[in-house]
Amino acid sequence: MTIINIKTEITGNIWKIEAQVGQKLAEGDTIMILESMKMEIPVSATEDGVLVEILAEEGATVTEGTVVARIEA
Amino acid sequence: MKKLLVANRGEIARRIFRSARDLGIATVAVYSEADANAAHVADAEEALAIGPAAARESYLDVSKVLDAARQSGADAIHPGYGFLAENADFAEAVIAAGLTWVGPTPESIRAMGDKQRARDLAKAAGVPIVPGSGRFLPGETEGVEAAGAEVGYPLLVKAAAGGGGIGMRRVDDPAKLLETVAATQSMAGKAFGDGSVFLERFVPKARHIEIQVFGFGAAGAVHLYERDCSLQRRFQKVIEESPAPGLPDSVRARMTAAAVALCRHTAYSGAGTIEFIVDAASFEFFFLEMNTRIQVEHPVTEMVTGQDLVSMQLRFASGALHGVPQADIGCQGHAVECRLYAENPAKHFMPSPGTLSVFSLPADIPGLRIDSGYRQGDSVTPFYDPMIAKIIVHGATRHEARTNAAKALREMSVQGLQTNRTFLIACLENESFVTGDVYTSFIDEHRIDLLSAAEEEIAS
Repeated sequence: MTIINIKTEITGNIWKIEAQVGQKLAEGDTIMILESMKMEIPVSATEDGVLVEILAEEGATVTEGTVVARIEA
Repeated sequence: MKKLLVANRGEIARRIFRSARDLGIATVAVYSEADANAAHVADAEEALAIGPAAARESYLDVSKVLDAARQSGADAIHPGYGFLAENADFAEAVIAAGLTWVGPTPESIRAMGDKQRARDLAKAAGVPIVPGSGRFLPGETEGVEAAGAEVGYPLLVKAAAGGGGIGMRRVDDPAKLLETVAATQSMAGKAFGDGSVFLERFVPKARHIEIQVFGFGAAGAVHLYERDCSLQRRFQKVIEESPAPGLPDSVRARMTAAAVALCRHTAYSGAGTIEFIVDAASFEFFFLEMNTRIQVEHPVTEMVTGQDLVSMQLRFASGALHGVPQADIGCQGHAVECRLYAENPAKHFMPSPGTLSVFSLPADIPGLRIDSGYRQGDSVTPFYDPMIAKIIVHGATRHEARTNAAKALREMSVQGLQTNRTFLIACLENESFVTGDVYTSFIDEHRIDLLSAAEEEIAS
């Protein structure tokens, strides 16, 4: 069991959190959607696993590289 | 008009302030919390805060903008582009508050904002629209071939209930039409529960060419020639130029006449742009839509015509300008505009907000104009669009404008965030662009070449 940190690729605002803690995710599944410069950018699972933690709230501003969720793979 | 509030931010707010100052009109800025230290705030004589960073709670909030106008004693509002510029309800509210609205009538904004009504108005004014047929119900084959011949090939068979490219099939050969219609009807019936289809002309290699117009209501309208905006990514323009390279004079004459006819037909008031899709091979052109605002790329028109479009808007709105003879509007030389975006072209043009730790602009390039909402040290925040600056160059020829634009981009220094600067240079120097072979899928089709040229530019 490894814990994988999910980081944001860019600075933006968390528009919508789509996944729930405890949910099984496949690689590429959307966890949340960032809004930056009028574009919606999904934050996706980097590996198959279970979403164990969400570290951000909708509406919050996050900088590039922020850990916003954790997956147990 | 004594005091003008600009309900916008960034470069366009600064641009409008410039023309207002030239006319002796006092300037009022509005700003969100994210823009408290922005350049447009510093430029205006007065500035009022209108709420949080999110646009819907500030720049898009009609009541906050109107409150700011009341508080400042402004007697006119210019909306710029984007935000509330094409919101007919806002225009009505401004007028109802007893203020001067710098823009077309709310009726024009509303009519052109409705795609179907805009298309009907264009048709009624004799402006060519993309040829299309009526609907064919499932199993209906009668009249399909005649409709195909009338629409012209290549064409698309489209599911009436489809959308966004779903349920669309291309037909190049008239002999294949009937079977494609039947197949699309059957597919649409299963996928959408509605098997009816229609035919629409397909333009395989299309250019985006638009005509700048200025309407004086019942007193007529003039055109200010065309802009070619074919270079786009994610449906957003990247490089614009005027005149459109290789556009035959006879086609230009028909396009500008059609644009003026539409303005006259609707008694249009103020600055506007009529967008056409143009077949790059045959130069057939079809109405796409009309934008009832000043556009991002208006400077290329100003550079070739010598007109100040914002000044015209302000003078017309205040009743000081009643018309301009068409013969007074000339077109000299060539102008190119490059949009410098905070984005990473190599990562699908992903936005790249950040702080402009270095932002130094070139000097001593003939015909150069830079419109920017930012200064060195400013932050390009994730809340608004990624455009940092417009690099506009006028030259005697397209070659001169194009090479000086590349020179300007090479001589400027932008650090602290990622930009498309070298990608723009790669576009300007791409062999197809140099020869004027531009079309809307240009960036997609040349993507690999453009990206590698942009990489080499960074390395050198």
